[in-house]
Amino acid sequence: MRVALFVTCLVDLMRPRIGFAAIRLLEAAGCEVAVPESQTCCGQPGFNSGDRAAAMMLAKKVIAEFEAYEYVVAPSGSCADQIRNEYPGLFVADPEWHGRAVALASRVFELTDFLVNVAKSDALPSDFSGTITYHDSCTGLRSLGIKSQPRALLAKLRGVTLKEMDGAEECCGFGGTFSVKFGAVSAAIAERKCDCIRTSGADAIVGGDLGCLLNIEGKLRRMGDETPVLHVAEVLAGEGGKQQ
Amino acid sequence: MHFKARAVAQLADAGVQSNLKKAKGKFVDKRRDAIAEFLAQGGDFEALREAGMELRNRVLADLDLWLEKFEVNATARGAKVLWARDGAEACRLIVDIAKRHGVKKATKSKSMLSEEAGLNQALEAAGIQPVETDLGEYILQINDNEPPSHIIAPVVHKSKEEIADLFARVHKKPRLTDIGEMTREAREVLRSHFLSADMGISGGNFLVAETGSVALVTNEGNGRMVTTVPKVHVVITGIEKVIPTLEDLSLLLRLLIRSATGQPISNYVSLLTGMKGEGDLDGPENMYFVLVDNGRSDLLASEFNDMLRCIRCGACMNHCPVYQTIGGHAYGWVYPGPMGSVLTPLYMGMENALDLPHAATLCNQCGVVCPVKIPLPDLLRTLREKQVEKKLRPLSERLALKAWAWVATRPALYALGTKFAVRYLNWLAGGGKSIAVLGAAPEWTAGRDFPAPQGRTFREMYARRKRS
Repeated sequence: MRVALFVTCLVDLMRPRIGFAAIRLLEAAGCEVAVPESQTCCGQPGFNSGDRAAAMMLAKKVIAEFEAYEYVVAPSGSCADQIRNEYPGLFVADPEWHGRAVALASRVFELTDFLVNVAKSDALPSDFSGTITYHDSCTGLRSLGIKSQPRALLAKLRGVTLKEMDGAEECCGFGGTFSVKFGAVSAAIAERKCDCIRTSGADAIVGGDLGCLLNIEGKLRRMGDETPVLHVAEVLAGEGGKQQ
Repeated sequence: MHFKARAVAQLADAGVQSNLKKAKGKFVDKRRDAIAEFLAQGGDFEALREAGMELRNRVLADLDLWLEKFEVNATARGAKVLWARDGAEACRLIVDIAKRHGVKKATKSKSMLSEEAGLNQALEAAGIQPVETDLGEYILQINDNEPPSHIIAPVVHKSKEEIADLFARVHKKPRLTDIGEMTREAREVLRSHFLSADMGISGGNFLVAETGSVALVTNEGNGRMVTTVPKVHVVITGIEKVIPTLEDLSLLLRLLIRSATGQPISNYVSLLTGMKGEGDLDGPENMYFVLVDNGRSDLLASEFNDMLRCIRCGACMNHCPVYQTIGGHAYGWVYPGPMGSVLTPLYMGMENALDLPHAATLCNQCGVVCPVKIPLPDLLRTLREKQVEKKLRPLSERLALKAWAWVATRPALYALGTKFAVRYLNWLAGGGKSIAVLGAAPEWTAGRDFPAPQGRTFREMYARRKRS
């Protein structure tokens, strides 16, 4: 299977090791992985801020860069959903681009969803061990149905025990630009999420979207809590991912 | 004061914060349990939501026809149907009715439309005493007409202790703290109002076109007193509340009550059709419907018309992480939470509620609990687009988005920009893992750290790996 990795702008900027962990997982699953070099951002900041023109500009760029590949995989439910479910709607008035957006949409997957439902791979090069709790990111959960996939993969790791927290499906308060427009409200919602994480007693908090993870990590650290905050790809790829 | 300032004030109010925490569990858990029970009995709540959405869409597609049918049937039962373009006209019509019947005092059961119209103020200005009889609304009225913070639980932001203080002060009686005793005290006060009022004003959860009836969903029984004891009953509600048949009412009741309070059915469901008949012991001698537009026709003709399906259950706010954190008063007008963030700019003017469409994380918890499947996050996002189109966003934000898109469509420039950004952030972190104060995002770092980037961009590292 020829898979293109959509790195996502946050992973590119903040946590490259998540991108390398994703490559390692996809390769272990038998995929040939390409990383189109000109990729930048899926356009969600513009889309969610009401700047449709900006969103369309970036959508066209992503479609052109990725449409030649059999599959597109992103280590983020939110970016995968943007390409899969929102791009077609951006081009309702433009038959050519609408067609191209639709043709790409069904081939775009969030990483754990792809590993479980498309690659159907059991190969997880992980040596991770410990007790973790999992935060379900809103867009992945409610728009792509990402819930059982990361748990199914984590259950395959012998050293990993999952301890569910209360309110795992509740928003962490990130919300993209919401976090910088309404910082106080956003941080208060994050605090509730962090309280649930701490009450769970898990050694690490794991999730599938870096935006949420940065929000959670930032709040935990401000609370003086050093619990590791990890992307599910890092956990599944193990030390091999970390060494990058 | 704008939403943001009000939100910060609510965050700083320890009492409100503690009361919101208690309320969240109640509403969310009760709805979940009610739906689980429905499923256990073989019901299919998702199919019910789908049917509810289709029914509401079918009504809205021919709203004028259903309203005419309602008018014909309500009139045939002796009621008078009056139409109000806006809240002010609704107030004038109701004050006129009151004057015609020599009304000095009007008891009221809960009506959000009367809040929209400012009906209490209009009645008072005309020398008519309005008495709220829903316990929550009564508490707010005796607390200097405080506005409600929730559409079905108006005093959800208050604790029992605050209400105990208020009752002791206003009722001039010894302070009670047992909820049953406090309620009895309020009932005693309200009882004399029920018996002495000349007019009863109710809202309407639904208007049934085929029978000309109004359906009221309540838990306290005050609605029955308001609509049957005084000689005049006035229903004030929005034109979108009409539904075709009693069969349709049964569908919507199953959805509404489980979504709102998590009950299979509320303590009282009243179906009021016409006035006191010959030989009847109870009932009003005069019945009026004041059906209010107040922006609804415009909404119907707009791309936001999904919002008119709303049956006012409150599930969207109960499940909203933002509402759960700040409560309803921060939203600034009658309707809080996600449905309020859509309705307020549409009814009060987009430029008067610039923050509201942005006051959401777009988590879509509201969308998945809405009993009539209103795509609330999509509507909020479309409102954001309208703000951008009308150039209502701050210049700095518009420029930042344009600049971001401009750079992000130029990969070489983007690579250079992110390369410098990563190094700058790491310099700010000073070798640590977190940045405590980030000048570029002060809103972020006021309440949490900003994690430091790993070191280099993925792009740089990947290029190096490919070379080696």
